[in-house]
Amino acid sequence: MIKTPIYMDYHATTPVDPRVLQAMLPFFTEQFGNAASRNHSFGWEAERAVDKARGEVAALIGATAKEIIFTSGATESNNLAIKGVAGMYAEKGNHIITAATEHKAVLDTCKRLQKQGVQVTVLPVGKDGLVDLDALRRAITDKTILISIMHANNEIGVLQPVREIGRIAKERGVLFHTDATQAVGKVPVNVIDDNIDLLSISAHKMYGPKGVGALYVRRKNPRVQLTAQMDGGGHERGMRSGTLNVTGIVGLGAACAVCLQELPSEAVRLAGLRDRLKSRLEAALEEVYVNGSMEHRLPNNLNMSFAYVEGESMLMGIKDVAVSSGSACTSATLEPSYVLKALGVGDDLAHTSIRFGLGRFNTEEEVDYVAERVIETVNKLRELSPLYEMARAGVDLKTVAWQPER
Amino acid sequence: MSYSEKVLDHYNNPRNVGSFDKNDPTVGTGMVGAPECGDVMRLQLKVNPETGVIEDAKFKTFGCGSAIASSSLATEWVKGRTLDQALAIKNVEIVNELSLPPVKIHCSVLAEDAIKAAINDYKKKRDGEGR
Repeated sequence: MIKTPIYMDYHATTPVDPRVLQAMLPFFTEQFGNAASRNHSFGWEAERAVDKARGEVAALIGATAKEIIFTSGATESNNLAIKGVAGMYAEKGNHIITAATEHKAVLDTCKRLQKQGVQVTVLPVGKDGLVDLDALRRAITDKTILISIMHANNEIGVLQPVREIGRIAKERGVLFHTDATQAVGKVPVNVIDDNIDLLSISAHKMYGPKGVGALYVRRKNPRVQLTAQMDGGGHERGMRSGTLNVTGIVGLGAACAVCLQELPSEAVRLAGLRDRLKSRLEAALEEVYVNGSMEHRLPNNLNMSFAYVEGESMLMGIKDVAVSSGSACTSATLEPSYVLKALGVGDDLAHTSIRFGLGRFNTEEEVDYVAERVIETVNKLRELSPLYEMARAGVDLKTVAWQPER
Repeated sequence: MSYSEKVLDHYNNPRNVGSFDKNDPTVGTGMVGAPECGDVMRLQLKVNPETGVIEDAKFKTFGCGSAIASSSLATEWVKGRTLDQALAIKNVEIVNELSLPPVKIHCSVLAEDAIKAAINDYKKKRDGEGR
């Protein structure tokens, strides 16, 4: 018997790996010191643990320990990177380039800066979810100070060409920030090879605890400076004040260390499970569409639209499986996914999209079970769907005069 | 979001799923909503032309669980009513019966609209014939 509910929403969050938890536990109790206490062993112990974690985070992304700034998570890291650059480099320029499929922590940060007079260019993406490098080149002006483009998308798992973006940024003397929340620990990330100047990390997306993250800030070629967003004790090289979350930081470090070891085999295993899920669904169901590039994609992501079946009703049907939908009904805004919209996916299909996020603790049995439940539910709901009936009868749904709600 | 028992019951055991021949003069068809909005309800009524009583009803819905439940409930409620009685069904009654949360009120509005659209369609056919 398979144990339910099954968790397949690893882009939302991940459980803490037991090895990570073990590493963290002593820092709640015996080793509770403040890493900024310079005059006793409690403080030294905490500082040592933080330094070790700094090294572990750095090792996973090809950085040096001093380049890691601990934060409360990727939202803070994104805010600090973008607002910090806008503040520090205001004399150099006031133009930021980002992309339409970015997380709200980037897009809304840019929007706020826009209200303060910063020029923001939001690059469109293609049907595959990728930014057009020529459009990026054309968007750069002599006022451009920052390009902020994510490494991997949280909905469709699409990997942006960060190496090329980094090269373009370097050539043009523009800083490059990447929100790598979904990528770090899942695919190889290297700030040197990819010419990344700033990179956001979150612990809870990679089997670490919630409430802790990091920002990589390049120290050489060029030395990146940021305007701090909080005033206080001047922690983290003055960029992020606040007593360090030692327990969380230890957890982030341990999570990075596990990922460094296991990434190569885990990526292969998850891609295998993901492909198994995809082929089972495609074999059993007509009119299912993958959203975004399959080629440039996280190994653990599958985002599919199931035509004629609304996403929330699908989630109800597979209620012992935890996945997400781009349907408006599942979002707080009652709008379907803006990411899918940016790809040119119509609202009709956006409402039918399901995001499967596989992870470390998923098994082949679980994948088979999920596939079965999805197939069963899609078939059931299509029998209930007037759209399916019309499409089967040869009606072109695009030509119907719909009567939207009054 | 958690669903009420009644929404779950209608979702798991939808009543009166199916279709009638929309060209049948005793059938009224109402289709409301749009795929782009994530909700399309099609409600069909079969009316006894002698008595003006709705003798049968069927639905198909593309939409969330609350939309499915609202239209399933609507088919149950219209059966056995006269056209005027069916027209008197208000979306609030559906909201109350299914304990719909505020974000799902539009589902009940759509169901009320579907009833009205189906009755209008039937009347148009009937009056067209009499002329």
